[in-house]
Amino acid sequence: MFISVDEIAQTIKMIQNEHLDIRTVTMGISLLDCARGNIDDTCVAVYEKICKYAKNLVPVCEGIERELGIPIVNKRISITPAALIVGNATPDECVKLAMTLEKAAVATGVNFLGGYSALVHKGFTNADRALIASIPDALQNTSRVCCSVNLATTKTGINMDAVRDMGILIKKAAEMSKDSGGSNCARLVVFANAPEDNPFMAGAFLGVGEPECVINVGVSGPGVVKCALEKVRGENFTVVAETIKKTAFKITRMGQLVAKMASERLGVEFGIVDLSLAPTPAVGDSVARILEEIGVEKCGAHGTTAALALLNDAVKKGGVMASSHVGGLSGAFIPVSEDEGMIAAVECGALSIEKLEAMTCVCSVGLDMIVVPGDTSAATISAIIADEAAIGMVNNKTTAVRIIPAPGMDIGETVEFGGLLGSGPVMPVSKYGSETFVARGGRIPAPIHSLRN
Amino acid sequence: MNKAIITVLGADRVGIIAAVSTYLAAKNVNILDISQTTMQDVFTMIMMVDTSNSNENFDVLYTDFKKMSEELGVQIQIQAADIFNSMHKI
Repeated sequence: MFISVDEIAQTIKMIQNEHLDIRTVTMGISLLDCARGNIDDTCVAVYEKICKYAKNLVPVCEGIERELGIPIVNKRISITPAALIVGNATPDECVKLAMTLEKAAVATGVNFLGGYSALVHKGFTNADRALIASIPDALQNTSRVCCSVNLATTKTGINMDAVRDMGILIKKAAEMSKDSGGSNCARLVVFANAPEDNPFMAGAFLGVGEPECVINVGVSGPGVVKCALEKVRGENFTVVAETIKKTAFKITRMGQLVAKMASERLGVEFGIVDLSLAPTPAVGDSVARILEEIGVEKCGAHGTTAALALLNDAVKKGGVMASSHVGGLSGAFIPVSEDEGMIAAVECGALSIEKLEAMTCVCSVGLDMIVVPGDTSAATISAIIADEAAIGMVNNKTTAVRIIPAPGMDIGETVEFGGLLGSGPVMPVSKYGSETFVARGGRIPAPIHSLRN
Repeated sequence: MNKAIITVLGADRVGIIAAVSTYLAAKNVNILDISQTTMQDVFTMIMMVDTSNSNENFDVLYTDFKKMSEELGVQIQIQAADIFNSMHKI
């Protein structure tokens, strides 16, 4: 047999016992040609285009799942940042577009559609202002539409007006969904250095440099890495890094294969494979447990940042050879509510927001799915966003904040989001204020090392 | 050639191979190689087949093996060989 029995058994074990799956096949669809003179006509064009391009996305992916015997957990759509096509719409009119996107998501059978977004890292257009103002209502009137705002880049600095506004809007979005613990905020993320080809939600959108239609794939597999590391207990860090690299290679090859098949069958260009380790709330599918396997007693203990740096780097090194084009976020995700080990670490007091902030310096995203007390002020949320944006800006990397100020809830309580979003223990924030800092507004200039020409 | 791998896992009993191979013959699926072993009382059979001359499409084979899994009380799965090749071969 040209494939050995051991190799076949290993692949099957990874899928059945170690939660290896393809996390998402995301179709990016450009909507730049859908802008019309008024919002109603734009909505019609948007709906028709999404349904035309993505009508076979879900059935084709389901066929690949059956044929390869590997689950493709999510089928999703990302679109051109909506602020670019709303023209002179009012915030209320923007909500109409959000509801159209929801309708298109339902019609095509995808579980999330991302790109109700604005890119305001250097400043706002009128359309950006209208769209951003509409975000709380857009979230409230939809269940599958995801919103993102890019408010900083290494090249432009940080738009502190946007930082201030987003703190207020996140509070508003949480308040509107207070019956579900502020769950609307789980579909709202703010970025620094947002990638234009990210297949993962809530931050996926299709950037303006992207093609008409494209397939991007996100892989997963924390459980597989954890199981591989169990076999090298006590070995030195060289062995740990090599083990992660080999495992990441195998995981990414699955992503590359699925991306190739999906792109061929849909007749759509292949974009990138995102080499991320994305956890789920399921036991055995946790990034935190990998860090603990590397040797820290609990995720958040001293040493966690170094362990995560090694993990993040080894995943990329292993994955990059397995795929012809790598992009998106590519690294280990550390969303608290979506990771069983992270939740446990917060609950036992091992993991704090401060430690997570340090961890975001060396991993792919940022403060993700963090639940904070409902009485956290908008200024404090803005200041948390500013800190993360500064890390992204200075380190030339993507950072993000997806934070949920759960209305009426306090430390010691847990918000249940359900499904892949998991459950989030309420985490303490600094009791000292940042109002004066946030009230300044304006822009934090780009760092000196952004001037590379 | 469209190669696929069929794996059968479960408690050993009479007639598993017979059932699978009779079905494959009926669907004109050619068996290229078989390897079987019993590991810790778990019957493990791995079969490489060629589906290119089959009169059924892959989805039918997939669904029929699902049904057969329930009837025989073992887990039978058919997967395109691509997944193993791409994971283990450069």
